[in-house]
Amino acid sequence: MANTYTLIASNTVGSGGSATMAFTSIPSTYTDLKIVISARTNAAEYRSVPVLYFNADTTGANYSYRLVYGISSTAGSASGTGTGGGFFFYVNGASTTASTFSNVEIYIPNYAGSTAKSISNDGAAETNDGTNNGLALNASLWSGTAAITTATISFAAGLFVEYSTAYLYGIKNS
Amino acid sequence: MAAGSTYTKIATTTVSGSSTNSITFSSISNGYTDLVLICSVQNSAAGSALGMQVGNGSVDTASNYSVTELYGDGSSASSYRLSNITYTLNTVNIAIPTTSAFMPFIINCQNYSNTTTYKTFLTRSGAAGQGVEAIVNLWRSTSAINVITLLLTGAQYFNAGSTFTLYGIAAA
Repeated sequence: MANTYTLIASNTVGSGGSATMAFTSIPSTYTDLKIVISARTNAAEYRSVPVLYFNADTTGANYSYRLVYGISSTAGSASGTGTGGGFFFYVNGASTTASTFSNVEIYIPNYAGSTAKSISNDGAAETNDGTNNGLALNASLWSGTAAITTATISFAAGLFVEYSTAYLYGIKNS
Repeated sequence: MAAGSTYTKIATTTVSGSSTNSITFSSISNGYTDLVLICSVQNSAAGSALGMQVGNGSVDTASNYSVTELYGDGSSASSYRLSNITYTLNTVNIAIPTTSAFMPFIINCQNYSNTTTYKTFLTRSGAAGQGVEAIVNLWRSTSAINVITLLLTGAQYFNAGSTFTLYGIAAA
């Protein structure tokens, strides 16, 4: 049976929290990658936006994004280059109802190719209150042309709290 | 389909040359529950959207499709609607890039082989330099889907290296 959709690696944050969730030594043997995140941060915010870097490339100009979002009853759109990584998704902060965690999916087609990487990522912070819920649908670009071999997710301030998880899947079309 | 295979590649195509403006997946088995199409696309020139026609035996080219789109261009959010069109639209406001990065499309079709409901498709697409889209398309037919054609809506061609992969997801 072809192993089309395979768990490559996972992160589960233990007690005390963690500054990062990282994937290293990602093999180039798949066609696409998918990262699935359930997370919460101890930063005193409602919606925190993590940074995600590939291949330890922290040059902000190499990342860009454009998103459509909804926060409570307001919809909008924004864009930018990634001074903190070009991936805009919401993670529940410490100001939200306890035990609420965000849901995030990041899809990376042809991650091992030699062109810039266009990425689709969606994330929501359902905060269980009337005014601070957030949903963001994002088109991102990392201009790197090397195969993606590492992915590191962190916050400018704050930690991932216990029970936060990140799963990396490889999807193969052969 | 192999037993126990929940997410299975059905078919894949990588474009070579410069004369391809449509990709067809035919004889799609009804042995799955849902379908997922992953496309990574470049266009030979500006002017086309990525459309899709579906059918049973052959694709439906009549005006039986409609689309509703949520769009953000980086400064404002908007919504758009077209009905009675001859193909689905998987990008409405974003031009498929012609150089550099390829544009990703993730297209989901749930319960594609039932013969009692119209078929709905959910698409996520976007280009960081232009905008982001969340799209729902409807095909007004109760026929099971066993053929899908992805097409450029204008007189352009897919650039070499564009990829199209159809996956089946089995609930059991």
